[in-house]
Amino acid sequence: MILTNSLNQFGDYCLFLWRTFSIPEKWREFFKRYLNEISKLGIDSIPLIIIVSLFIGSLCTILIKLNITNPLMPRYAVGMTTREIILLEFSSSILCLILSGKIGSNIASEIGTMRVTEQIDALDIMGINSANYLVMPKITGLVTIMPFMVIICMGTSLLGGYLICILTGIISTDTYIYGIQTMFIEWYVWFALIKSLFFAFIISSVSAYYGYTVQGGSTDVGKASTDAVVMSNIMILLVDVILTKLMLQ
Amino acid sequence: MIEVKNVEKSFKEDGGVRQVLYNINAKFYDGKTNLIIGQSGSGKTVLVKNIVGLFKPDVGQILYDGRDITVMDRKQLKALRNEIGMLFQGSALFDSETVLGNVIFPLKMFSKMSAEEQRERAQFCIDRVNLTGSENKYPSELSGGMQKRAAIARAIALNPRYLFCDEPNSGLDPKTSIVIDELLSDITHEYGITTIINTHDMNSVMGIGENIVFINKGHVGWIGNKEEIYNVDNDDLNNFVYATDLFRDVRKYRREHGYTPTKVV
Repeated sequence: MILTNSLNQFGDYCLFLWRTFSIPEKWREFFKRYLNEISKLGIDSIPLIIIVSLFIGSLCTILIKLNITNPLMPRYAVGMTTREIILLEFSSSILCLILSGKIGSNIASEIGTMRVTEQIDALDIMGINSANYLVMPKITGLVTIMPFMVIICMGTSLLGGYLICILTGIISTDTYIYGIQTMFIEWYVWFALIKSLFFAFIISSVSAYYGYTVQGGSTDVGKASTDAVVMSNIMILLVDVILTKLMLQ
Repeated sequence: MIEVKNVEKSFKEDGGVRQVLYNINAKFYDGKTNLIIGQSGSGKTVLVKNIVGLFKPDVGQILYDGRDITVMDRKQLKALRNEIGMLFQGSALFDSETVLGNVIFPLKMFSKMSAEEQRERAQFCIDRVNLTGSENKYPSELSGGMQKRAAIARAIALNPRYLFCDEPNSGLDPKTSIVIDELLSDITHEYGITTIINTHDMNSVMGIGENIVFINKGHVGWIGNKEEIYNVDNDDLNNFVYATDLFRDVRKYRREHGYTPTKVV
């Protein structure tokens, strides 16, 4: 029963994507909405990214320093390990898990409210492909802006580590800088950016699907919003495992 | 004219199928206010959603001047929908747009008018529904009646041939309801459009019901007009129409003054 329901839902999700990715009614209107979504979903999330990244970067640095007690281990290993954690996991996967809470619930509740207040029916009655009109700008907008958010996250996290070195003096800033430059593998940056594209697609499309298929009232919109975040997170983690296996081995 | 022929509709539910509409046959005429009436849960909204194509009937045909919506492909359906305007129960105005933004929206999407012409047409529609001065207000800043009027302005922006209204008076006071009814009636006669209004408001029925289809438990219970409805010998319809003392008094008065029941359809 659960398997049948899951397959039904997945099929429904695929049909929803099929409807979403069609040629827009009016390109001008699409680009207007696309830029608006970049601003709403991306630019507006930057303060959150900066705050979270600064703290996570500093925490990584402190915790790694506390756990590297072996005298044979070079002190620059703190900076190096912080960098690897940030590039490989935090700046893409963990950031997207955090953003799925903010952006995913925003998308699901916005579209869900439009559904229960019949605004989506109004679009359909006018002859507009409502899925395409409402959802495509969100997906394309978030996929476009996500790599930039990841880059901001990388920079700010490393800055957080640097600032904690200044504030607490756990290691010298020179050692930290030397550490984050040592054995740098450029592919890890690309790896994070590529992963973020997948995650952006998951967050926007899964949340939009849950919002679009809401039935009922405001309570159901809230439930859809929660379900969207939970499902996005599960999908992000699953895709993370698959992509890591495919791209790093 | 819109013709509904032998339409049936059912829905899958946990543990079975629930049939909502049974063999519905009705005609809705051009230039007339056609009303679909019935108690809550009788199947009115499902019928309207079938007619506009939001649901697909299990059986039957729905003909828009001879064009059957149930067999249309996506392109034909889209072309037909450009001829349809709809007023939803909750107005369904776009929250993020002003009144002007809402009214101009269908023009932006479907008309080949210049920006200036779009604006002029939108302003004309706003003026037509007596909302002049509210162009830059958001839906949340409008009263229920004003929201309905803004939704009517949006619905008529593209000069539709068919206008659907789902419970246009729900949540409105009697006086505002009359304003909305008169507006819908005036627009229908002015532009000769086929208007279908789904309602259970007896004031509307008695005010503007030129062609009334009574739906009872998924069946067509009666078809007639506002003059005939007072004197019909049909228990289900009478239970619906004369649910209030006011209308019982009206019937009594009319009967005392020589009106006789018409035959049951």
